[in-house]
Amino acid sequence: MKEKLAQMFQSKNRSRTLSFGLVIIAYIVLEVLLLTGNLSSLFTSLLVPVCCYIVAAIGLNLNVGISGELNLGQGGFMSVGAFVAVCVSGVLSYSIPSPIIRLIASILCGAIAAGVIGALIGIPVLKLQGDYLAIVTLAFGQIIKSIINNLYIGYDKNGFQMSFVENKLALAEGGKALLSGPMGATGTDRIATFTFGVILVLLSLLIVYNLMYSRNGRAIMAARDNRIAAESVGINVANTKMLAFVTSAMLAGAAGALYALNYATLAPSKFDFNLSILILVYVVLGGLGNMTGTIIATTVLVLLPELLRSLQDYRMLIYAIILIVIMLVTNNEFLKEKFSKLRLGKKGAMK
Amino acid sequence: MSEENRTPILEVTDLGIDFGGLTAVNNLDLTIYENETVGLIGPNGAGKTTVFNLLTKVYEPTRGEIWLCGENTHKMTTVQVNKAGIARTFQNIRLFMNLSVLDNVKTGMHNEHSYSVADAILRLPKYKKEEAEIDEKARELLKIFGLEDKAEYIAGSLPYGEQRRLEIARALATSPKLLLLDEPAAGMNPQETEELMDMIRKIRDQFHIAILLIEHDMKLVMGICERITVLNYGAMLATGTPEEIQANPQVIKAYLGE
Ligand SMILES: Nc1ncnc2c1ncn2[C@@H]1O[C@H](COP(=O)(O)OP(=O)(O)OP(=O)(O)O)[C@@H](O)[C@H]1O
Ligand SMILES: [Mg+2]
Repeated sequence: MKEKLAQMFQSKNRSRTLSFGLVIIAYIVLEVLLLTGNLSSLFTSLLVPVCCYIVAAIGLNLNVGISGELNLGQGGFMSVGAFVAVCVSGVLSYSIPSPIIRLIASILCGAIAAGVIGALIGIPVLKLQGDYLAIVTLAFGQIIKSIINNLYIGYDKNGFQMSFVENKLALAEGGKALLSGPMGATGTDRIATFTFGVILVLLSLLIVYNLMYSRNGRAIMAARDNRIAAESVGINVANTKMLAFVTSAMLAGAAGALYALNYATLAPSKFDFNLSILILVYVVLGGLGNMTGTIIATTVLVLLPELLRSLQDYRMLIYAIILIVIMLVTNNEFLKEKFSKLRLGKKGAMK
Repeated sequence: MSEENRTPILEVTDLGIDFGGLTAVNNLDLTIYENETVGLIGPNGAGKTTVFNLLTKVYEPTRGEIWLCGENTHKMTTVQVNKAGIARTFQNIRLFMNLSVLDNVKTGMHNEHSYSVADAILRLPKYKKEEAEIDEKARELLKIFGLEDKAEYIAGSLPYGEQRRLEIARALATSPKLLLLDEPAAGMNPQETEELMDMIRKIRDQFHIAILLIEHDMKLVMGICERITVLNYGAMLATGTPEEIQANPQVIKAYLGE
């Protein structure tokens, strides 16, 4: 018995230690390679984006794996975070010279904006049972893309200027255009760094794990496993689902913000439905509820197609095939048994 | 003790529900006093589980009123009814199958503690203090039900009898005043049923709660209930002490068929 306890104790902490350890070791190795000039420029350029995708995927895993609600709009929340961050960073560039403080402030604003929009979507939708969240987040992703595609925002000494559909900005001397419709953000200060990306990954891991192993986390998982039983022990199901959904949206917002501040220009079309699906694929392949798996799957799936450019045309085809295989596997009792033994972390050790 | 001196936990008057054309429960009156064990019996389909679903607001009553500790529950949700003091188990076991046995019990204490999401994420002292309390209480409850050795198992991996006991432990974790048990002995062998009877008595006295029990095992019902209400086709057929019920010709007829 004592052993069982110890074993389990380790297994809960093990998945956490594994995630943090993996990220920190990867960071050290990559930093050394960077400093010694052993990293190709293509690889170097992917470091920050990989961190962004990981953060967005960890958030989505909280929503899909832990809370059990399908969200098809993670790209949309990244988009909100991205363009809010671009605007905030652009405005602050006049008053705050320190890039680090500007970076933190922009990411915070991006995360909060995405969280607020998540809450607005969640309040009506999460009261309903069924797959409504999937439908509404899918629509949200499309709508937010169209809105930003038609949005022109500028800033000068007189304050903000905004116009819709047509570029009617008349900026004074020294002002700058923050968003330019379909061209998106142009002339952004590239203040994102790999180190900060890794810090953001570690932070999101900390948030998700600490949430999972708390009364709120237990309530989220209870509501996922059995809604009626959860209500019978006094758990407000809509509220717990809301907590997971908004946290997930905020992480996507932060991820999008970091992403945007890594590029001088960024078009709204970057955050399309494909991106939402890609992030979902990372989560499903990494394993629902498995954060270490999410990190590995995201890294591999972001890097592979980029490093094997010749496969680019077939990327979506391969994803589709892998998704179908996964769906077949997860619905097959026999294979499920086999796979659960292979899976990292909880289940095997606790049987 | 005379009935007038005791406080009723639950008072149900003229309760009824229709599903389309089907009247599943009708004209039910039921009063349960503090620290009392009441049986709810009846043939299959009599409406027993439906009564539980009405009491816990899974269904809205079509007619009648439910008073819980002097408070009308007509505006309450399932969650609020639990907070007000009713906990239950389910005829078809409804555990949180992917959570550990221990975590299943801990979910029952959700509303008893108040540390916030921020306390949890930042691991502040309040989180640590309350989690320690939660852990201690949950393990004590598991001990009562002989599940302490299985605390870290996944709930779905437990055998049937243990799942039933875990469900009772989880319900008790919400600190109810009234515990509703829907066929807790279903699928248990005679020895397990015997142990369950002892457990039910023990928790009733230790936690000083009232229990409303649905059960087909007559030995169990007659053995621990002080009063019994019999339902047939949704209507109340008889109510009284176990002896009165056993001797009631209408009850015998309903059970043996015409
Ligand atoms: N949601 C529902 N919609 C329609 N009919 C229902 C619903 N719930 C219960 N019923 C009907 O109400 C009647 C009583 O069902 P209930 O489950 O309460 O019986 P029971 O006494 O618990 O029986 P058993 O001993 O088999 O558990 C049955 O005829 C059932 O089909
Ligand atoms: Mg029933």
